[in-house]
Amino acid sequence: MRRVAIAYALVAAAIAAVWAIEVYAIPWTDPYITNVLLRIGFNVLAVLGLSLVLGFTGQFSLGHAGFMAAGAYGSAILNMHAGVPAPLAMVFGGVVAGLAGVVVGVPSLRLSGDYLAVVTLGFNQIIIVIIQNTPILGQAAGLTGVPQVTNFGWTFTWVILAAVSLRNLLDSPQGRAFEAVRDNEIATRSLGIDTTGVKVTAFVIGAFWAGVAGSLIGFNLSSIFPSQFQFDRSIELLAMVVLGGTGSLSGPVLAAVVLTVLPELLRDIPNADRYRMMVYSVLLVAMMALRPRGFLGNRELSDVVAGLWRRVRRRGQVA
Amino acid sequence: MTQFVQQLVNGLSLGAIYALVALGYTMVYGTLQFINFAHSEVFMAGAFAAMVVAVHAGVAENPTWAGVALVAVAAMLFSMVLAIVVERVAYRPMRKSSRLNVLITAIGVSIFLQNVALVSFGTVLPFPEIVPRTAWELGGVRVSLNNVLILGVTLALMVALTYVVERTKIGLAMRAVSHSRDTAALMGIPVDRVIVATFAVGSLLAGAAAFLFCIENPRVDPAMGANIGLKAFVAAVVGGIGSIPGAVVGAIVLGLAETMVSGYFTSTWRDAIAFLLLIVVLLYKPSGLFGRHQMEKV
Repeated sequence: MRRVAIAYALVAAAIAAVWAIEVYAIPWTDPYITNVLLRIGFNVLAVLGLSLVLGFTGQFSLGHAGFMAAGAYGSAILNMHAGVPAPLAMVFGGVVAGLAGVVVGVPSLRLSGDYLAVVTLGFNQIIIVIIQNTPILGQAAGLTGVPQVTNFGWTFTWVILAAVSLRNLLDSPQGRAFEAVRDNEIATRSLGIDTTGVKVTAFVIGAFWAGVAGSLIGFNLSSIFPSQFQFDRSIELLAMVVLGGTGSLSGPVLAAVVLTVLPELLRDIPNADRYRMMVYSVLLVAMMALRPRGFLGNRELSDVVAGLWRRVRRRGQVA
Repeated sequence: MTQFVQQLVNGLSLGAIYALVALGYTMVYGTLQFINFAHSEVFMAGAFAAMVVAVHAGVAENPTWAGVALVAVAAMLFSMVLAIVVERVAYRPMRKSSRLNVLITAIGVSIFLQNVALVSFGTVLPFPEIVPRTAWELGGVRVSLNNVLILGVTLALMVALTYVVERTKIGLAMRAVSHSRDTAALMGIPVDRVIVATFAVGSLLAGAAAFLFCIENPRVDPAMGANIGLKAFVAAVVGGIGSIPGAVVGAIVLGLAETMVSGYFTSTWRDAIAFLLLIVVLLYKPSGLFGRHQMEKV
């Protein structure tokens, strides 16, 4: 009981710290740096969701950007046309994306890995086509006039909530079912676990966080374009999870941070954007050959640090 | 009625191109059970090879039938060599890895090739007009030389493919490997060489498709493979992946569906058709129209 109370207090303290930074540090920070921090937050949030689907449940989703689009447009429309306050609209953005997750998940999760990959990819494409053909969503020209609400505080509040809730979920008995489905679906089913239900749940939760990330993006720059949520964005998120470690939360988060900051450092090189995708692809192929489970595998950053610390201490005793 | 026949002609031409690409997906899936995501980039590379040869070998200024054939053969050979290199460098080391990892490798290769083209050629480039844009009116239906060429070349390649798969030794080996790779290996079939042959045949067809696509849509673009490749893959799945006749039927169905929708409704929804078709087929017949249903074994 006391441990739970301490945990809640820590989460509250972390959120308070985020808002303290928002109020006392962000106004004095270079807007460019703030922007990079926000983009790290968006990617981390989306990657946390995808990590549950791909890393822990082993379901190959190539349409995560489609869920982000659903969240971005859903929340912006709710805010602009139904007057839902933006922070609440962000939650609804996640819900809209989660519903899209049910729509995609229920039929396609009866299929095995490769088919699922193509169906989710197709779903991503269909979402883009729908947006491009719907006048209220601004079509290809983009949806403009979205209020600018996203800031450091909201972004990282959501990141903390996502990370904590996913960690708790994965440590619960229900959460173990995700990994069981990934490791051996038939064996899991034979234990009486509803594997389709588990997969749909993973999909919906993953889509929810992607949707929240999308709505943060939507409320960030006052306009949203369908081109922001195309296939290459899904691939980028996929690369982050795979490079960070499938079956780890902190690994993909680390990869999201690195892969968001790295292109910024390479900004001065001409055509850096083209080379960026080239570097991603080479990293992906090399990683698959050398470390197929990603940088951290299924370990967490805390395990790695603890391991290093033990080794350092043992060495100290010998000397 | 004439409009319907016109759409039929256009749809068959589009479906023929999809079919040539779809065969590459379905053959590789049949032997290795994985989606060769890089196949769309093999198609794109074939288009660029055709463009380079057409421009630099003087076919563009002085188009002759021999020159056109040279362009087509160049596209096919370049696609083939590229696919063999990709198989050797990226896929063969992954033979024993999990399917997820192989799939990710294939996606990585695909993005890599697309960006190599982007860095070396920039963006969209025109494809020179090497086949004259003649057309005939047949009872109100317009049939172009391109339509004839597309359907004729496709038909010839299908006959050749059927001959190779059904009547030659390597074709027999391909069917054996696709049936059971381990058993085939035990029977003394050089599995690796058969896999290379499968990639070679599939990518030759993709190169031919690239050539045919370019004479009809005269431009090359590093991203052109993604769209065609996806639809061809959808066609292969609709037909039942792993099945050669299935891929052709699926591609024709898809080509017709797309031209009918853009002819009678609106062309802006065209790109969504393929995926709607895919989802509907997978829901009612998860192994595709011609696919064998496989039992899950523990």
